[in-house]
Amino acid sequence: MSTKPLAHALNAGLRRELETDDKVLLIGQDIGALGGVFRITEGLQKDFGEDRVITSPLGEAGIVGSAIGLAMAGYRPVCEIQFDGFVFPAMNQIITQLAKYRHRSEGRVSLPVVIRIPVGGGIGAIEHHSESPESYFVHTPGLRVLCPSTPQEGYDLLRQAVRCDDPVVFLEPKKAYWGKGELDLDADPLPMDRARVVRAGSDLTLVAYGALVGTALRAAAALAEEGRDVEVIDLRSLSPIDDETVVESVRRTGRLVIAHEASQTGGLGGELAARVQRAAFFELEAPVLRVTGYDTPYPASRLEEDWLPSTDRLLEACDTSYAY
Amino acid sequence: MSSSQRPAEPWSVLHPDGRLDPSAGLPTGSDALDLLKALRDMVLARRVDAEAIALQRQGELGLWPSMLGQEGAQVGAGSALRPRDVVFPTYREHAVAWCFGVDPVQLLGLFRGTTMGGWDPRERNFNLYTLVIGAQTLHAVGYAMGIVRDGDVGTGEPGRDRAVLAFLGDGALSEGETNEAFVWAAAQNLPVVFFCQNNQWAISAPFSVQSRVPAADRAAGFGFPGVRVDGNDVVACYAATQAALATARAGGGPTLIEAVTYRRNPHTTSDDDLRYRASTENDHWLERDPVERLRRHLSGTGAIDDTFLEALALEEEALAQRLRTGCRELPVPSPEDPFRHTLERMPRDLERQMHEHLEFVRAGEEGPR
Repeated sequence: MSTKPLAHALNAGLRRELETDDKVLLIGQDIGALGGVFRITEGLQKDFGEDRVITSPLGEAGIVGSAIGLAMAGYRPVCEIQFDGFVFPAMNQIITQLAKYRHRSEGRVSLPVVIRIPVGGGIGAIEHHSESPESYFVHTPGLRVLCPSTPQEGYDLLRQAVRCDDPVVFLEPKKAYWGKGELDLDADPLPMDRARVVRAGSDLTLVAYGALVGTALRAAAALAEEGRDVEVIDLRSLSPIDDETVVESVRRTGRLVIAHEASQTGGLGGELAARVQRAAFFELEAPVLRVTGYDTPYPASRLEEDWLPSTDRLLEACDTSYAY
Repeated sequence: MSSSQRPAEPWSVLHPDGRLDPSAGLPTGSDALDLLKALRDMVLARRVDAEAIALQRQGELGLWPSMLGQEGAQVGAGSALRPRDVVFPTYREHAVAWCFGVDPVQLLGLFRGTTMGGWDPRERNFNLYTLVIGAQTLHAVGYAMGIVRDGDVGTGEPGRDRAVLAFLGDGALSEGETNEAFVWAAAQNLPVVFFCQNNQWAISAPFSVQSRVPAADRAAGFGFPGVRVDGNDVVACYAATQAALATARAGGGPTLIEAVTYRRNPHTTSDDDLRYRASTENDHWLERDPVERLRRHLSGTGAIDDTFLEALALEEEALAQRLRTGCRELPVPSPEDPFRHTLERMPRDLERQMHEHLEFVRAGEEGPR
């Protein structure tokens, strides 16, 4: 057990999988000598060679398209897309090819491709470097979508993603890259499609994922000082969604607030709300509330602090819920 | 195109009148094209195409993209493959599928609506048809990267070295993904051959909309050879592909082959080509028919006679009968199948959706409520 930032935990996860299975390959822009723009692959090309840690030409469609071909040839490629806003040139390959291939081959061929994407805002970045594109992937059947919040979750979920035979979109909250946490390289991980209750509580359920899990925990701590007892759930798997864990919680607390950085309309909050009201209609004490990014393009970074869901905005939503 | 850029005539050895030039570029000995087999393959693949069109007209298929006129290019390329090579087709490579041993009945499923695929792509190294133009060129590149990492290129061991043959059309030359595939293949010197059937039309867009230069000329800018062949000359197409695949297997890198041919039928059975091209064009290409010229040649040399042709006609009839029966017998998938084939392990919510759907289907079978 040691204390490490998420970025190092992800590096350790990739290293472990490269060591374990020689069919695992990494492929992406600048991931070799540079170690990627976020240094997640630092040192891996040196240790595993240019054949296994592949510095690709620019071209996101090329990265995912060639990963599909590599998977057809029996490899387990892990792609790195440099930033959330740059995944869109690869969307054709992801949606029309990668996600559908198992279905098209009538279940005969799975494509074990992982697509790592740094996501989310709050880092003062320029345009296209702060986005939350998860709904596009969640809305595409045939993909799994994971989003860790801590170093341990990052390490465990990334290793599970690499071992999974389904294609996985792996969203890395870049605001959390350098946040430290405990890391046990040999811990027994939770199944990757399960949400985790990260703070037990009894009178309100707060659901978040990625960097907002930390924000949610801060809101819960503030409310505890007011005598409230908030349960915080880290969703972890955005597709499939572990609504069972959320429903079980809401049946006890009667209140649900969902937080995500992505824009509100068509976001995961709406999906979760629909599932929870169906399953726990009579246990709900208040309407399900959402704290999200707004339905605008991501704003210039001087505006992002107030635009993004913050502890204060979460507290406001919780107050609204308690007032019912 | 200015006159100074007028392309050289594509390489041709088997002429429309059946004359076969002796040429230094032709493979010899055991590498030579088996002309009788090539004729048989073209005739039978053409019959598959004709029967599929008839089945569409009878309402048995929803759609069919005909390859009439492209048999020379496809059988030429398809005959150059070895069993360990890998093919990434578009959706029109019916004659390549034939050459590579894919049961033609299985080609029909996609167009009958019984499947989104139709065969096991690993069984014969013949990937599923790809409908999104150009997308498969990148899969071919990735597969070739895998071959390199497997060490199955440039060993010189017979039966070990492999290459990938990626098909594309003239329309695909304008897709970004195709150009990315060319960049990647060149930069990594991959064992992949891009076989472009320039059939002159991308639905209603003529080749002049796609390019100012012949397709083969594009290759030089990416850094690998481009070869322009008469796509209606099965011998030239075979020779060009055979050489390019041999280079690729030996570690010599990619080649782009442009097979200049013509899509004699509309884009698909839903298309109306007389809205955008004159029927006289078809007459021009009919005179250059790939099947007829090989038949003329083989009749002229005495390699085939009426007995051969009669036997072939009988074989055609039997194949047509098998397609007509096989098409109607293609199994309709179970309503469970889309759910079972989405992910390797079905998520709980999808399982709930599946049961809801199956209940609905069952109730419908019991009659209206």
